[in-house]
Amino acid sequence: MTVWQTVILASIAVVALKMAGYLVPQSLLEKPVPLRVANLLTVALLAALIATQTLGSGQSIAVDARIPALIVAGVLFALRVPFILVIVAAAVTAALLRLWF
Amino acid sequence: MPLRVMARSSADAPAIRASLSVGVPVAAYGVSFGALSVASGLDIWQTQVLSLLMFSGGSQFALIGVIAGGGAGGPAIAAASLLGVRNSLYAIRMAPIIGPGFWRRFAAGWFTIDETTAVSTAQTDLRSQRVGFWVTAVVIFVGWNLTTLAGALLGDLLGDVRQYGLDAAAAAAFLGLLWPRLRHLQPIVVAVGAAVVAAVLTPWLPPGLPVIAAALVAVVVGITNWLGKRS
Repeated sequence: MTVWQTVILASIAVVALKMAGYLVPQSLLEKPVPLRVANLLTVALLAALIATQTLGSGQSIAVDARIPALIVAGVLFALRVPFILVIVAAAVTAALLRLWF
Repeated sequence: MPLRVMARSSADAPAIRASLSVGVPVAAYGVSFGALSVASGLDIWQTQVLSLLMFSGGSQFALIGVIAGGGAGGPAIAAASLLGVRNSLYAIRMAPIIGPGFWRRFAAGWFTIDETTAVSTAQTDLRSQRVGFWVTAVVIFVGWNLTTLAGALLGDLLGDVRQYGLDAAAAAAFLGLLWPRLRHLQPIVVAVGAAVVAAVLTPWLPPGLPVIAAALVAVVVGITNWLGKRS
């Protein structure tokens, strides 16, 4: 599959999911199980992406400057620092560590 | 007539203020999406199509995250779609606020994301809910696309992005999306479990698939309601 096909197909799928919600009967939201699974699905995917983005190096695990950068980001999010500043701080942390070591 | 316009705009002021205070900072981090996307190997056009068409931050970051890790198209589409499932729930919640009409719902569908739903449902009357939704939608759609382009152009100039720590910035971006959802024990346990599953499976499965496998943690905990509140 080319990158273009991936981009287009994924976009159609994501937009279709948004549209689908307007066709679904209101009563689905009153059922606790689908609501809970959908909310937890978001949590699980984001956490898994953090793990692979922080530790993954191709198909192996690597421990490097990304871990302290992620810890810095976590501390700043806990201190309610705005999103964009936290992203910059994480990047700067990793960049400086790579420069020094 | 001028009096009526004034009365209207002052009544709408709280909803517009909420839209701007949420919309402007969110739109700003389109810069990080644009830069990370070209760093992941997408070109500027592909990056821009994602922001125009897909228009859902979490799904966009997921797609480029899987591609950056060497994942194939299938897992990348699956990751983006699974993260998009929550937009379906937002749409169910938004439908009575948006009201009837095919084209209105079609446009609203496009704009149904975390922030538009959050601003809209936080308002107290129907009119403010509608104003909150549409103003947030326009602010973020226009802002997000302009900053995506800026980030993509910037990222293209930077060359090898690892030396600038952009790979760590991507992880931090996911953490920022996850953070507000970690208020109870159940989502925290799911987050830790999913991260461990994804990390442990990384050496054993093709890139992209560990992330999908980790989604099973949410399905199992969600159906059994382990550690959840009784309702």
